[in-house]
Amino acid sequence: MKNKLFEKYFVFSPYFWLVLFFFIPLAIIFKISISVSEWGMPPYQDIFLFEDGFKINTTFENYVYIFSDYYYIGSFVNSLILALISTFFCLLIGFPLAFYIATSNTRLRNILLVLVVIPFWSSFLLRVYAWKIILQNNGILNVILLNLGITSEPLQLLYNQYAVIMGIVYTYLPLMILPLYGYLNKFDLNLIEASKDLGLNRFKTFFKVILPLSVPGIVAGSLLVFIPVVGEFIIPEMLGGSDRLYYGKILWEEFFVNRNWPGASALAFSGIIILVLPIVIFQILYSRWSQKNEI
Amino acid sequence: MKSSVIKSTVIFLSLFFLYFPILVLIFYSFNENKRVMVWKGFSLRWYNELFNNEQIIEAFIISIKIAALSATFATILGVMIGYSLVRIRKIPFKSFYIFLSSTPLVLPELILGLSMLLFFISLNNVIGFPSSRGQLTIFISHVTFCIAFVAIIIQARLTDFNKNIEEAAMDLGYNYTKVLYKITLPIILPSIIAGWLLAFTISLDDLVVASFTTGPGANTLPIVVFSKVRLGLSPEVNALSAILMFALVIIGLFYFYFNKKFKH
Repeated sequence: MKNKLFEKYFVFSPYFWLVLFFFIPLAIIFKISISVSEWGMPPYQDIFLFEDGFKINTTFENYVYIFSDYYYIGSFVNSLILALISTFFCLLIGFPLAFYIATSNTRLRNILLVLVVIPFWSSFLLRVYAWKIILQNNGILNVILLNLGITSEPLQLLYNQYAVIMGIVYTYLPLMILPLYGYLNKFDLNLIEASKDLGLNRFKTFFKVILPLSVPGIVAGSLLVFIPVVGEFIIPEMLGGSDRLYYGKILWEEFFVNRNWPGASALAFSGIIILVLPIVIFQILYSRWSQKNEI
Repeated sequence: MKSSVIKSTVIFLSLFFLYFPILVLIFYSFNENKRVMVWKGFSLRWYNELFNNEQIIEAFIISIKIAALSATFATILGVMIGYSLVRIRKIPFKSFYIFLSSTPLVLPELILGLSMLLFFISLNNVIGFPSSRGQLTIFISHVTFCIAFVAIIIQARLTDFNKNIEEAAMDLGYNYTKVLYKITLPIILPSIIAGWLLAFTISLDDLVVASFTTGPGANTLPIVVFSKVRLGLSPEVNALSAILMFALVIIGLFYFYFNKKFKH
């Protein structure tokens, strides 16, 4: 009897907190996204009206509005492309490093792991700021390029989409390396030797043995980079220019500048449905499935 | 022979890429010149100005306060979730429970921030609280998204460790609560500390959610720093970077130590 009470306390304290401060806020976003906008404070009408009897006052106007305007769809597509490119480069840089960390001896492995994690622990905002210094017109990269004679005058490296990609790849790289390492660390190195003994060359060993075995790590790392990058606001704001608009920026402006709360909520809720929901459902199904298969 | 050359090159270049920007930042923090990029000579001038900058010092204190409090709350609730998911079989609407405790990990900060702000505004319209946003609302938001990070660490550790120890203790006459407080919690204590440290740095580093839920008298350090560097460079922020990087790296090493400790 006592155990039951105790279990309930453990399960329901965080349950209560998360329903109140996480689930209800998400529900409120949905509610405001289907509300009729109007001038005033708050800038939307209630969804339940009690004037002449009870009436439900909802609309899908806000969704129609954002999905029919290229300004919004284009920005979302820009963000998806940005996330795709950044994830690709994180994988390109992260995979070899993760592979070599996993195949090193214990001592070197621990040192390298700490070295990869340290930048991740230091401030995100300041690491982005560092690139602002490096890419300045009179910044260190331009100085090097000028001295090497690669360019005769300083290049405009900052405030464009390439600077944004650079900043994202840099800040998100540890998020790619760690899960990759986690999976690569599990597999048997003898497999590589075996495939070499069986006559596969280095190229074939990589594509036929190493790559297929690291797919779960690649998926985990890519998701950890891809999803937050689609919603990224700070990096484009600090390093980007006006050449590209991204989802995060238009969501921010729709709310703070245009004061269109229903529009901003519709944007946010669409983001949840398109990006987050598929992954969460997959995760829940996967954890239930693996639990059933182990017990 | 050849492959070891490739290996060293890859490792060296990757580490160079990871550390070069941080070193540049620290290097220029010792620049005498007000124009960040033009080197004039070694000086501690900007460190001096930083320590006399009341706005930054105040923001730093607010940030530390919020981070310590929200890390503590998030750790308590996160441990409860981790424990529930691994050890308690009957959880009502378990999928919903998993949904609530894992979604904050993947939800873009911007969406989380917006939902929290609209929630606080709606709550204020209904019950008149919180009448204005500030440190309390940032604290609540930070607890909410830090819980998930703690829960995932605790869950991993509890899955790892041998349930037989707990069962043995129960056979020896310990009751449920006594097992938890005398056996389980002490064993996972390093992970609890690791979870707290992670939550602490996440809260300290957060800009987006804090920007949405902030109010009068609650300018956290990232908010102040962002307002200074959004449009240009600031020598004081360089000095701050060097100090903060150093402090956070120390915390990171502690995290690494506690998180690893359990495995060996």
